[in-house]
Amino acid sequence: MTAVTAASVPRLPRGVRLERDSARGIWLLLAPERIFELDQMAVAVIDEVDGISSIAAITRRLAQKYAASQARVEAEIIAMIERLVAQRVVDLQESA
Amino acid sequence: MSMQPELAQREPASRGPAYRPWGLLAELTHRCPLACPYCSNPLALVSKNEELDTETWLRVLTEAAALGVRQVHLSGGEPTTRSDIVEITAACRRLGLYSNLITSGVGAARAKLPALAEAGLDHVQLSLQGVNQTQADAVGGLAGSHQAKLAFAADVTACGLPLTLNAVIHRGNIHDTDAMIDFALRLGARRLEVAHTQFYGWALANRAALMPAREDVVTTIRRVQKAQVELKGRLAIDLVVPDYFARYPKACCGGWGRRLISVTPAGKVLPCHAAETIPGLTFFSCWERSLAEIWASPAFEAFRGTDWMQEPCRSCDRKEWDFGGCRCQAFALTGDAAATDPACSFSPEHARISALATQESTSAPPPYIPRRAAKDVVSA
Ligand code: SF4
Ligand code: SF4
Repeated sequence: MTAVTAASVPRLPRGVRLERDSARGIWLLLAPERIFELDQMAVAVIDEVDGISSIAAITRRLAQKYAASQARVEAEIIAMIERLVAQRVVDLQESA
Repeated sequence: MSMQPELAQREPASRGPAYRPWGLLAELTHRCPLACPYCSNPLALVSKNEELDTETWLRVLTEAAALGVRQVHLSGGEPTTRSDIVEITAACRRLGLYSNLITSGVGAARAKLPALAEAGLDHVQLSLQGVNQTQADAVGGLAGSHQAKLAFAADVTACGLPLTLNAVIHRGNIHDTDAMIDFALRLGARRLEVAHTQFYGWALANRAALMPAREDVVTTIRRVQKAQVELKGRLAIDLVVPDYFARYPKACCGGWGRRLISVTPAGKVLPCHAAETIPGLTFFSCWERSLAEIWASPAFEAFRGTDWMQEPCRSCDRKEWDFGGCRCQAFALTGDAAATDPACSFSPEHARISALATQESTSAPPPYIPRRAAKDVVSA
């Protein structure tokens, strides 16, 4: 599997979408044969996944927004994206 | 920051309306150009004139969304046989429901694909009858079906839709899993399901012809697990192990009346698509009641939660994981729908079921009974 690094640019492919579940009051990532429940931070990450921003860029924005340490935020985003890439729910394109 | 790997049992351990279904299995029709011997459709197939009309399906989808359903599996039979499949798919998108087309890719599927993609279809799950034309056409019972399927798969990936390949494993193809994996990669599938035959409906009638040998099952599982690691990030492979050779049963439907609601082509609303095989339960039709009423009805309550369980399930610490296995299988193999699924090694019936599987898999296979509507059998 291609390594997920700070330079990786994640992208949601067709067939994967973020939806608010109003009946349950939670956020979901709907994907082929899978439903992921996202907490607030995971929703913030997925919201930033646009196929243009690298994980480094997403980290900068979120670390600032939540006043959290860059290193910690980056490690958590990489771990989360790795899990989704392994299941082919998120695609990677290396940044130019 | 945390992501649940998948929704576990979020719902509280209370009963009734506290549970909300996540998935709707919409069996739109039993009509299908193929005749796979492992088809899980019931032996008594619903005919075209008994099928629900478009308006009722649209109401069912609306009620399902309100009840908490997020994913709709458009299935059958061959769902693209329905003349309103595009309209139904568009309704899913309008209601915020994720739509999954479970198709053989033959018949009308290819011609309708562009309109389906346009209507907002989210995902295609394509069944695989074999890795080459001879095998596939023999299993599906239709000459040329393999070529049609290949063309369909190419169109799916060309229009950017995610493709999952579903291969049902049985005695006749258990040695082909490597080829299936290659095939999935070549077609550009993102996911592959290597699903050992589940013995319901026509598959149960064909069990002796389909039952694989235990050593082949073991080898296959090992190979697939190896491929899962090697292909991580390229192809996600889901493995469904065969019940009769398992140590623990599957959590059928994620637990009776917990996560799934199933609607038959004629409109019967069920906790599991095979539930009608269990006698003594009254299943209502969506003609007569709303989905919400049916979700709370006695048949859905019958095996909901864990209070109904007998030993050994009752005092087992896995009971919140597998919910005692499959009720339909428990009934089919023991005559008691509340018994422990004999797929479980703790079941007193397990040894008998294992011996039966071994005996069937080591005898000469009988010919397949192809899936046919009753009228075809009469005229044949
Ligand atoms: S298993 Fe085969 S016969 Fe049954 S619905 Fe699917 S394609 Fe048709
Ligand atoms: S005894 Fe019942 S609950 Fe325990 S593993 Fe077997 S089927 Fe599951």
